[in-house]
Amino acid sequence: MRNTLVLLPLLALVIIVQLLASWTDSVFYLTQLTMSAYYSFLIIGLCVVMGYAGQISLGHAGFFAIGGYLSAALTTRNLVPFQDNVLVKLLDSVGLLLASKDVYGESLLVVTPWAACCAAILTAALIAFVIGIPVLKLKGHYLAMATLGFGIIIFRLVLASAYFGEADGISDVPGFTLLPGLTVSGNFQGRVQNYYIAWGVLLIGMVLLRHLIDSRVGRALRAIHSSPEAADSMGVDTARFKLYTFVLSAIFAALAGILLTHYNGGIGPSEASVMKSVRYVAIVAVGGMANLWGAMIMGIVLNFLSLRGMFGSYDDAVFGLILILIMLFAPNGILGLHLGQLRQRFALIGRKRPAEEA
Amino acid sequence: MTLELFIQYLVAGITYGSIYAIVAIGFNIIYNTTGIINFAQGEFVMLGGMLSITLLQFMPITVAIALAVGLTMCIGAVIEIVFIRWLKNPSVLRMIIITIGISILIREAALHVWGDNVRALPYFIGNEITSIPVLGARVSPQVLWVIGTCSLMVLFLSLFFKMTSIGREMRACAANRTAAILCGIDTRNMVTLSFILSAGIGALAGAVMSPITYTQYDIGTGLAIKGFTVAILGGLGNSPGAVAAGLLLGVIEAFSVSMVPLAFQDAIAIAILLVILFVRPHGLFGSSAAAGLKEF
Repeated sequence: MRNTLVLLPLLALVIIVQLLASWTDSVFYLTQLTMSAYYSFLIIGLCVVMGYAGQISLGHAGFFAIGGYLSAALTTRNLVPFQDNVLVKLLDSVGLLLASKDVYGESLLVVTPWAACCAAILTAALIAFVIGIPVLKLKGHYLAMATLGFGIIIFRLVLASAYFGEADGISDVPGFTLLPGLTVSGNFQGRVQNYYIAWGVLLIGMVLLRHLIDSRVGRALRAIHSSPEAADSMGVDTARFKLYTFVLSAIFAALAGILLTHYNGGIGPSEASVMKSVRYVAIVAVGGMANLWGAMIMGIVLNFLSLRGMFGSYDDAVFGLILILIMLFAPNGILGLHLGQLRQRFALIGRKRPAEEA
Repeated sequence: MTLELFIQYLVAGITYGSIYAIVAIGFNIIYNTTGIINFAQGEFVMLGGMLSITLLQFMPITVAIALAVGLTMCIGAVIEIVFIRWLKNPSVLRMIIITIGISILIREAALHVWGDNVRALPYFIGNEITSIPVLGARVSPQVLWVIGTCSLMVLFLSLFFKMTSIGREMRACAANRTAAILCGIDTRNMVTLSFILSAGIGALAGAVMSPITYTQYDIGTGLAIKGFTVAILGGLGNSPGAVAAGLLLGVIEAFSVSMVPLAFQDAIAIAILLVILFVRPHGLFGSSAAAGLKEF
């Protein structure tokens, strides 16, 4: 209950921001806030994996891309040439396909967004599960490299396959009607509506994860993080909990990818790039690793600044610098930093260390 | 497949393989003294190539390469002193993230200094079409330069670690840090030295390979992944293993070109890495008992 109540002020803030933007005639800010909310949705999922289960993942852009690309491809690629295929016929009879005419009058047969969304999430979860079993047995550098390798494979695959549009990506992705009257799309009129959808999704995600962390699972995860051996001997099934959180975060990433792709009306290979994964890790680190609120706030702030183009051509460099500075001076995140602590750290650098600490 | 074609692929494989081996040995040198995997290792290779190309405008090629290697060694030292030397017992996760951050910074700096053009050093002997016949296949002399330089580096490194007292001190540091401190070895200087050394060999490899593989600001990540694959394959910290594994990966990649599209070539190397990590995390040539003793 407490977890849910905390969200009320935030909900009020979300509404105030929207009203302010509408009154001051600067609704265009809502576009970036919507996109930031989706990126933050991925980031809070990653935060549970990194901060609470203690597993680094440098491949989350891969899951984001799996969600976005699958959903985009299924809702845009024409199935008319495969009309006689048994599978296509079956899907059509269950009502999962959508027939229409394109601008040239050609008939168009695509998968409905809901079905595509479910397929994309299932695929991402399945891949996370299959990859997760061996990967999560690894530790430290091995885990980092394995997840990085996974991310690169996804990047290469979307870049090299014609089905996913190669370097151009997929465009003209239709809107995603969640409920009648509630559509995720880049439509001009739907801007305010989409802002609320995105923030609604993010806040629901927050509630879910807060509850997860305060539950038995969360306690088990924290036990795993502080000492896997001790947790093991207390009867915590460490491997299973790590795997489940990994899959859960992959689902979060895929859903973020799906919704953002429908919102933007397209997706390109840069969404799958390693730099994106690194950026997500950086934001979780800045937020303080095991700090969902920190991850969410930093996710919104940094993504918003980046999307507004505040960092110019130094975008990636800014995130690299943030990573280094945070890890050097504030490994507990920027919110976990007190001024006195900072002074102490700087004093440490200047002072010559006693020999026995070397 | 004809014999000529076979040899052509084989030579290409050995060329790339020896570059991977050098990157992997760079990983090993730092890993042995610190237990850190330096994710910025590939950037040293890029810097070696880029700096020599720039310096070539002002001086002859040998001086340019020597100066580029020297500069990269300085950069390696600066990185270690500024970012790593003063940290007290950093966690592995923290070190991974710091070296990833360093690699991003170097790459972005390179992008702003040199732009995203593909550049290359001129061929050391002759030009693109000069070739030497080897058993019916045509091999560029530059390929021999790459293979020769890499072999010499491996030879000198093994002599350095076996014969010189500094090399022995570094090995002592790798074998048992506490015991090395008790013997009066300044382990922190050894760590700086290991960064200098691996920056140097990376840069030299980067300069020699530049005419045939070209140099761009972002080649580092790909090379680092391949190098890491090779280091794992050969067993982390095991340099003769790295040479064998590097040649193996290079040859596999070269022959895979004849079977799968070029775009998937990287995916193959990474898939091999993943399979190795899952099946034999201590590498093909490493022993599981020794791997068990390592912290990670």
